[in-house]
Amino acid sequence: MFYREAGDFKTSYRDDSQTFPIRFDRYRYYAVLVVALAVVPFFIDSYWANALLVPFLIYAIAAIGLNILTGYCGQVSLGTGGFMAVGAYACYKLMTAFPDVNIVLHIIAAGGITAAVGVLFGLPSLRIKGFYLAVATLAAQFFLVWLFNKVPWFYNYSASGQISAPERTVFGIAVTGPNTEAWAKYLVCLLFVVVLAWVARNLTRGSIGRSWMAIRDMDIAAEIIGVNPLKAKLTAFAVSSFYIGIAGALFFAVYLGAVEVGEAFGIQKSFLILFMIIIGGLGSIFGSFAGAAFLVLLPVLLKNVLVGTLGWPTDLAAHIELMIVGALIIVFLIAEPHGIAQLWRIAKEKLRLWPFPH
Amino acid sequence: MPDQFLYAVEVMINGLMAGVLYALVALGFVLIFKASGIFNYAQGVLALFAALTLVGLQKGQIPFAHLINAAFGTKVHYFGWTMPTFLAIALTIVVMILLAIAIERFILKHLVNQEPIILFMATIGLAYFLEGLGDVMWGADVKTLDVGLPQGASEWVEEASAVLGGDGFYGFFIDKLDIVAALVAAVLVITLTIFSQYSKQGRALRAVADDHQAALSVGISLRFIWVLVWSIAGIVALVAGIMWGAKSGVQFSLSLIALKALPVLMLGGFTSIPGAIVGGLIIGVGEKLFEFTIGSMIGGATENWFAYVLALVFLVFRPQGLFGEKIIERV
Repeated sequence: MFYREAGDFKTSYRDDSQTFPIRFDRYRYYAVLVVALAVVPFFIDSYWANALLVPFLIYAIAAIGLNILTGYCGQVSLGTGGFMAVGAYACYKLMTAFPDVNIVLHIIAAGGITAAVGVLFGLPSLRIKGFYLAVATLAAQFFLVWLFNKVPWFYNYSASGQISAPERTVFGIAVTGPNTEAWAKYLVCLLFVVVLAWVARNLTRGSIGRSWMAIRDMDIAAEIIGVNPLKAKLTAFAVSSFYIGIAGALFFAVYLGAVEVGEAFGIQKSFLILFMIIIGGLGSIFGSFAGAAFLVLLPVLLKNVLVGTLGWPTDLAAHIELMIVGALIIVFLIAEPHGIAQLWRIAKEKLRLWPFPH
Repeated sequence: MPDQFLYAVEVMINGLMAGVLYALVALGFVLIFKASGIFNYAQGVLALFAALTLVGLQKGQIPFAHLINAAFGTKVHYFGWTMPTFLAIALTIVVMILLAIAIERFILKHLVNQEPIILFMATIGLAYFLEGLGDVMWGADVKTLDVGLPQGASEWVEEASAVLGGDGFYGFFIDKLDIVAALVAAVLVITLTIFSQYSKQGRALRAVADDHQAALSVGISLRFIWVLVWSIAGIVALVAGIMWGAKSGVQFSLSLIALKALPVLMLGGFTSIPGAIVGGLIIGVGEKLFEFTIGSMIGGATENWFAYVLALVFLVFRPQGLFGEKIIERV
């Protein structure tokens, strides 16, 4: 009734090709932005920020990054955790080497460094593909984690082998370190998410995004019609690693504050983010958000139900959580291989005809 | 002979033995990949699950005891018997076959004709599920597995080889278990080869591997073959699980070690049984030698990543692996 194109006249090409062609969607998008930016920061407390919102936002960035590589360009990567570690350690080294430079610049630079590392590990993708490549990216995962564990220069020779973020401020407000307010953490992550999601959305529907998708759908055919696979694959690796690096930097500097590389950026993290984009939807920016939200919420929810309500021991709950996540992935792959994003699309189609389906 | 060289040889032999175990896991991968084109990520977890089930049955643990206790407030843990090893192994094989039927029934049947990458991700989901199931069923603590395999240093090898070195050399230290593992692996490979070459089901299996459609048209049941091949993979996983479990205890890291079967496969090629064996040996020897010569200089623990990097470098030059069939691509 309210959700349709009728009456919303597009008079320019620009209007016609906008991301949200339906007026209701557009207003909903602005409303979500206003609530997230102007309302939530006043009500957020430390539990909500640390347990749900901040990890959701950071994982959303990482999921968008992996989705660009896997969902849009078709290159499966299991090295996400390793690339997040590169972002985190690059950020740490920059923070400690140049204490006067703004932390936001450090985080962006960390993304840039990760992009360079990503391109390096992306080079084999020109020769190998499919799950051969997936296993090859495991090399990045294990090698990078080992490197950050064994070379003391990366953790500034600290005795524990951990890295911990010193306090840095933006406009006089602490955003890293132990004295950070919940709303400051949340806002920093949110701003990164908004900007990066906007960039990703526009990259993926532009010419570079189309060349990625051509490579994904059939690389030989794409090459024949004039898509340069070297350029397409390496840009996908670079952009994807840039996002993942920023996610890693935020994960370390803003969210956790101190990390141990094997624990925070191990192979489990790579799988977690891969699951996010499978469940959310491959090749969809919205899907990255949906998947991140789902897999951040699920453990909290299960823990509340199993441990909080039923009083079961935490380790049992953790194992049951593994089973449920595994089963869900299979169920999603069988029932809806395109994930939550596809369900959302179907729901929108239905909504356009509601209440008078023909 | 100089001692340094002899130590290197000893490291190499131990690497060979470790390689045999990698090859055992890789064998399961190859079987499934050949018959169904599925890259079964869950193979390592299958090994873990099989070993957990074996220990649980042997010690008379009550399945899901933890869950039952939590849900009903009871305190049950053991049936109070100790099952003979032979019976426990037989029962575990039955469990693995049931598992294979369940996997075919609930997962593979619904994913026919999907892209390989979707199937791969489904097996990742399966791996998570089985890992959780194994822990919920039998508990997550580290268990010792004892099926009566000989363990400890083999004195015979030690004495026989001591003559090679000088006074400071006491012979090669080789675990008896490793020798048993190598023998078992050899027997397994020979049995599987004979089975697939000469038996009726084996021929059907190869036909399916060659061409699904053609196999279907001559009356081979695809679903039966899939159950069969997953059962065999389950049994191979059980053997690998017993070997690894006897060596380092049954615990979660078993499934991580099994991840190393992936580079083994990349070296050997996904479709070749000899490739799996040779790849496993190369990886096993390579990582031990690398750790011995260079690893100690750059911080150690290089075994974590060496196999992957080796496979990565190797693949750039020969994408189909050592023994794999040449990849031909068409638009």
